[in-house]
Amino acid sequence: MRLPLYLTVLTIATAGIVYELLAGAIATTVLGNSLRQYSLTIGVYLFAMGLGAYLSKYLKARLCERFVDLQFATGLIGGSQGVVLFLAYGRSELFAVALYATLTLIGTLVGLEIPLLMRVLKEELDFSELVAKVLAFDYLGSLLGSAVFSVVLVEMLAMPLERIGLMFGVLNCLTGLLGTWVLAPSIHPTRRLQLRLRGAFGLAALLCVGLYSTQLRVMGEQGLYGERVILAQHSAHQRIVLTSDGTHLQMFLDGNLQWSSSDEYRYHEALVHPALALHPQAKRALVLGGGDGLAVRELRRYAHLQFIQLVDLDPAVTRIARQVPAVAALNGQAFQDPRVHVVHDDAMVFLREFEGEPFDVIFADFPDPNNYALGKLYTTHFYELVRQAMAERAVLAVQSTSPLYARESYWCIEHSMRAAGLFTAPYHVPVPSFGEWGYVLAQAQTFAPPTQLAVENLRYLNDGALPSLFTFAADIGPVDTAVNRLHHQTLVRYYNRAEFP
Amino acid sequence: MSRSFKATKLARRELLTFLLGAPLASRIMACDRAAPNHAADLPGALLGQPMALGHRLKTGLPPDRDWTQLPTRHYDALVVGAGPAGLSAAATLYGNTVRKLAVLELDRQPGGTSQGGHSNITPYPWAAHYLTCPMAENRPLCALLEDMGVINYDSKDGSPQGRAPYVVAEPKERHYYQGFFYPGLYRYAGASAADIAELQRFENHIVDFARSRDKLGRRAFALPIGDSSDDKTWSELDQSSAKAWLAAQGYRSERLYWLLEYGCRDDFGLTLEHTSAWAMLHYHASRNRGQPGVDQPALTWPNGNQALVSHLSRPFGKHIHTGKLVIDVVDDKDGVRALVLDAQTDRLECYQAAYAIVATPHFITRRIVRALRDGTGPQPPLTHGAWLVANLHLHSRPHQRGAEQAWDTVLVESPSLGYVTATHQLGRSYGPTVWTYYLPMTDENPHMGRKKLQQPTLKDFQEAILSDLEMAHPDLRAHISRLDVYRWGHAMAQPRPGTIFHKDLAQARQPLGRVHFAHSDLSAVALFEEAFSHGRRAAQEVLARLGRTPS
Repeated sequence: MRLPLYLTVLTIATAGIVYELLAGAIATTVLGNSLRQYSLTIGVYLFAMGLGAYLSKYLKARLCERFVDLQFATGLIGGSQGVVLFLAYGRSELFAVALYATLTLIGTLVGLEIPLLMRVLKEELDFSELVAKVLAFDYLGSLLGSAVFSVVLVEMLAMPLERIGLMFGVLNCLTGLLGTWVLAPSIHPTRRLQLRLRGAFGLAALLCVGLYSTQLRVMGEQGLYGERVILAQHSAHQRIVLTSDGTHLQMFLDGNLQWSSSDEYRYHEALVHPALALHPQAKRALVLGGGDGLAVRELRRYAHLQFIQLVDLDPAVTRIARQVPAVAALNGQAFQDPRVHVVHDDAMVFLREFEGEPFDVIFADFPDPNNYALGKLYTTHFYELVRQAMAERAVLAVQSTSPLYARESYWCIEHSMRAAGLFTAPYHVPVPSFGEWGYVLAQAQTFAPPTQLAVENLRYLNDGALPSLFTFAADIGPVDTAVNRLHHQTLVRYYNRAEFP
Repeated sequence: MSRSFKATKLARRELLTFLLGAPLASRIMACDRAAPNHAADLPGALLGQPMALGHRLKTGLPPDRDWTQLPTRHYDALVVGAGPAGLSAAATLYGNTVRKLAVLELDRQPGGTSQGGHSNITPYPWAAHYLTCPMAENRPLCALLEDMGVINYDSKDGSPQGRAPYVVAEPKERHYYQGFFYPGLYRYAGASAADIAELQRFENHIVDFARSRDKLGRRAFALPIGDSSDDKTWSELDQSSAKAWLAAQGYRSERLYWLLEYGCRDDFGLTLEHTSAWAMLHYHASRNRGQPGVDQPALTWPNGNQALVSHLSRPFGKHIHTGKLVIDVVDDKDGVRALVLDAQTDRLECYQAAYAIVATPHFITRRIVRALRDGTGPQPPLTHGAWLVANLHLHSRPHQRGAEQAWDTVLVESPSLGYVTATHQLGRSYGPTVWTYYLPMTDENPHMGRKKLQQPTLKDFQEAILSDLEMAHPDLRAHISRLDVYRWGHAMAQPRPGTIFHKDLAQARQPLGRVHFAHSDLSAVALFEEAFSHGRRAAQEVLARLGRTPS
């Protein structure tokens, strides 16, 4: 019976150090400052083990049963620790409480186990032999645990942290169950059965948590976005997150808010309708970006449009726009309209390779230019490519970030469009979720800004408000900027020094 | 000879040490987690110049047999070699109504070291992949680029400027150092005030050189080199090594040395120690516009400089004969005769012309031109470096940390030059692409570098290249679908100290009877500008003798 008990010591020690490292790793991702997190984690954990060792003196009878129960408790708490910590993700005060509470609890339990086991074994071995062997296996387990955790599980297998915790929780429970057989002679048969039932319950609980661990982790991320996350996924291009506060829906790409259903109609009406007011007979429309289908929703109001081409880089975004009911409802099932045709490609590549009939209205609805891959879609070269796809008297509308928060960026875009030979009419609208938001209308010849919309009954725009969009107050008016060129992307630098609230 | 490095741990270290050097090999081995046999199933091809055919030059064929028996074709002019120099010469001749013209090329396709390939995603280069935007003084090259639609003169001062999408798009470069990508080429991260001061001092030094003119008004450092001053003030710099010059000027910053050595490896396949100081300074000063940090931009195409040679050869493409090994070029009473072995038929042929332009690397030229074969001709001290170039086909982009993807990605701790992304100019920032990886063999003795490239198998090369790049992109293997490798035994002439201004190099540019010479070797620097300039010069010499005035 001795070897299985030594192996039990090994398991306890291995699992113990894994819980400790896990806590340190998760604490680092949430609170940062890895030196402090690991130092405090190790300190608190060792202290708790000491506490457990001290408390062990109060356990007087039925040591074997207590030992098995302790194993189950360690497995259950240690195993679910990762999930618990991820649930507290995003609420840093709560997180610290959860971290140190679970850590103290696990440390105390593990600290109780070794002295207890030594007392169980002391009948059979002389003291020096006992101390030597149990402690040797204990420390060996620490080495094994730390090596397996960092090298095999995290680096080689890239297991999610909460899954690693659960795995060792299961291991703890199984060792406990094994104990009911190994220590059987010292446990009363009826209690043996009760112990085994408790073990089975512990295992079942851990497996349940395991099945739902991904969902639980997403629940935790909601703390980060402050609302309910209804969808979160990594596409090949970006991280897409949809959140809801019960009444409104928000979409984030790489953590940046794209729209909120509370006021996106202002944004999309302003993007689409001024351009069509200039071209009431447009037949062919091109939407670059805008895979959410919201600009297309506005375009569908025009019966004279016969062909709507949407070009979005990311198939995951259009899939969400079609399939997630809340988004599909918001865009009015835009993708079911037979006039809508979708291509997944980089807009610049699409334009360069485009050989079809030119378009009457074109919309550039890209995320803000915070990196070079996006910044290229605001360069003179890009607008030259757009021009080649413009039919006679075609109109281009470009989302151009905020003239208030990113004033240089906004006017840099306008200057770049003019440098590409376009004539422009800058305009802006207030969108509460974003603040003051800017666009630029352009044509290949001189034109006057529109004064009359071609559709009625919009939620935001009307003929009375339309002219006011094209006037700029003093703090958002034109400033001198350089032109954004493919080989010299000044816009990205302007944008990255802009100050959004 | 073709012993493979079997995929054992020991042999792997040996292979990596052999190709990438001991320090990097040790680091790769230390990071090794996975079994080292992943490259086993990766598709690819091992490419190179048709060596077997070329080696027949060495083994020799009977040149003294009776040529009159052979089928003979007659031309006004013959160009041997369809690299950038030969094609520039041929384009000049053809553009000046020399229509009875033949261009003979050993390889299966023209282009020399400006070849390229293409996948269904993008074209990509096999060697030279960019050109510095010329200054207005280099009128012929400006005219070529204007004709291609690559430059215009719309700038404020009327100087030539590159057009999109040919000027390298931002971000141009990034470098990988110890776990992170940083923007640009210079390692600003962690640089001390003294480092930055030295960088600025060097930039100012270059500006001084860029502004320097001799008594005749020539730039001290011009492109092509032939337009540079030969005044001793500067030409004497060719006698010392770049490293010695930097030390003598009191430069000490390790980061500056790295930056400058990177430039030497990139342009010349040499270390600072073996590069002529003049050549190193020329690299920087010839493209500087007289202000610190204001350099001529790089022009590039997805298929690299193949775009240039394709454009050059378009009008006379049918006059290029590929798979032709020229064995002997003789100037005798009937004109110039070339004895040629056809690679396909394995038959000898004779090409006869009034004049010939031999536009082959010098080590070939002195074997095939009969008047040079006896060794009495000029003996410029030219060496040629070996290069390994690989194209990696990716179906998606690997994970990375730090600066965003750039045109050129440099690995600071690697002997390779890193890789160039073929889709950068097209604006394709996500999804499939092709990376072109460059590894110059910078051994002191260039034969050693060539030997190193002979031994490994395709799998060995793939393994070494992936191991090198995995330092920066640990999950690279999961994103790669094909890896082709090209061995360039004699990729480029090396401007070692004392080469560029050697009197025999000047002598080698002079015609021998009716045989004229063109090649970038004649400048000892493998740049398109040099090849283009020598090609045009040789063609103009021939045009003058044919009595046609070049337009």
